[in-house]
Amino acid sequence: MYGLGLAKGLTITMKNMLMPGRMFTLHQYPDRKIGLLGLAKLEGTNPITYSIKRPLMTLKAMVGLASVEDRMPQHSRFRGEEFSWYEDRCTGCASCAKYCPLGIIRIVTHPSEKAVDEGDKYVLDVFDIDMGRCMFCGLCVEACPYDALHMGSGFEEGKYSRRDLVIDKQRLNDAPKRPSTWFRPQIEGQGFDPQSGDEVDWTKAGRHVKPSREDQQKKWAKR
Amino acid sequence: MSEMKSEPVILNLGPQHPSTHGVFRLRVTFDGETVVDAEPVMGYLHRGSEKLAEGRSYVQIVTLTDRMDYTASMSNNLAYVSSVEKLAGIDVPERAQYIRVICAELQRIASHLMATGFLLNDLGALATPLMYCFRERERILDMFEMLCGARITLTYMRPGGVLQDAPAEFWPALNTFVNDFPGYLDEIESLISGNEIVLTRTRDVGILTDAQAINASITGPMLRAAGVQWDLRKANPYEIYDRLDFDIPIGALGDTFDRYMVRVLEMRESIKIVEQCIRDIPQGPIRTGTPYFIRPPAGDAYASVESPKGELGFYLVSDGGISPYRCHVRAPSFINITALRDMLVGWKMSDLIIIFGSIDIVLGEVDR
Repeated sequence: MYGLGLAKGLTITMKNMLMPGRMFTLHQYPDRKIGLLGLAKLEGTNPITYSIKRPLMTLKAMVGLASVEDRMPQHSRFRGEEFSWYEDRCTGCASCAKYCPLGIIRIVTHPSEKAVDEGDKYVLDVFDIDMGRCMFCGLCVEACPYDALHMGSGFEEGKYSRRDLVIDKQRLNDAPKRPSTWFRPQIEGQGFDPQSGDEVDWTKAGRHVKPSREDQQKKWAKR
Repeated sequence: MSEMKSEPVILNLGPQHPSTHGVFRLRVTFDGETVVDAEPVMGYLHRGSEKLAEGRSYVQIVTLTDRMDYTASMSNNLAYVSSVEKLAGIDVPERAQYIRVICAELQRIASHLMATGFLLNDLGALATPLMYCFRERERILDMFEMLCGARITLTYMRPGGVLQDAPAEFWPALNTFVNDFPGYLDEIESLISGNEIVLTRTRDVGILTDAQAINASITGPMLRAAGVQWDLRKANPYEIYDRLDFDIPIGALGDTFDRYMVRVLEMRESIKIVEQCIRDIPQGPIRTGTPYFIRPPAGDAYASVESPKGELGFYLVSDGGISPYRCHVRAPSFINITALRDMLVGWKMSDLIIIFGSIDIVLGEVDR
């Protein structure tokens, strides 16, 4: 019969509109407006108890000003902005700069004055990443032999000028150390979730435990 | 009335047109409402990927391949890395091959869902069927995010394996998807396949016969819709496809409806493949230790895979250095679109968009 297929299609659309398991989920980034009923449901109470307990919030919800955060779940391997970089781990070897397909990492170093057995390493003068051209392929992270550079997990670093998108050493140091677990199985193994708000210390970010001074000396003596 | 002739009118469809799936320009000559001639004009999205590849190391090129067919990055990665492996003689661990096949098949489902959704969008069923398809595609992209932290530009595969083993939460998500998806596919199919409007608009429209398709070296679902049973996964099995049991669905006529139907049937086959891979996947390493800068011996290699659009091949010439001397891409979208004129001539203006949509091209791949 002509029109049967159309009716069938409309039933499916109706089913998807009304059945709770089938409905489309709406995420209104970064927060969504919420009414009194929704607020009470979040607290686990009924609206009346809620309005007595929190009158100000109730009033806000009544005039449509209350909102709650609403985000999609983000997986821990998400390759995001704000690189997590540990200066303590970085030796300035510039593997990342060499491996970057776009060549947007700029590193300038000079040899430190310290002697070798006092933990000599190159001192980093400049560590710039031009985020305006970064494509988040993560090859720099893959190249880093000392696990000093990690992808970040944020994505809200919009700036008004291209010049502000160049992340320098200061900004890398100040940024919250919430590394993405992408290509860092050791962090993933610790059960770290970048969305939890915790930070990872530089001692825990590496593949290997840093040998103590005595161990190092023994190793040197053996050689 | 049929004797009435009007002056031919040349009309430009694109480069900025919502139904051209990208910046693609089609110069169509109309006689009244009938298409007399059609000439695809390409190159509006040309980024010179092949030339850029000549200045990059073999691993860095993986990031370029993501941006060719951006609806099927995994398949592009797979085609490229198999070419490098052939060139440099790198072995791939078995577990990595299974993960690669799972990814490629998931990507095929995602790409076909997008093709189906946009075909319906072109038909005039604005947004509703597209959203059904995108809802399912979203779950695949979520799984890709679990795997490698990105959704579109994945950069997941490397010469010698895949970058990182799948996380623990990936396998339950994949199992749920594999169990749910046939039901959702039934729903999408019963929404579309029985619909009288879709049938009238797509049946016998834009026929591409098997002889025409073979002549124009068309591959992929378009060729199979024309009734030719040719699939690289069976004809020239790469990775582990020779161990898997699946069918190649073919169409009867080669019309727009067949092209849609072949895609739906292929998604079912892909689910079968993924199920078998989940069952058989061994434990083990996922990557052979290849250096960051691979130096293959001088020579050339061509490897191709069955991407969602057709045969996607990479031809690499090495002179022994860290970057290829020449990188050529056999892009299925580019070659499939050459048959556009044969399919369009004689059809009406409103059929043009559907026929064009049923080819399923991605402009990133056409122009590279």
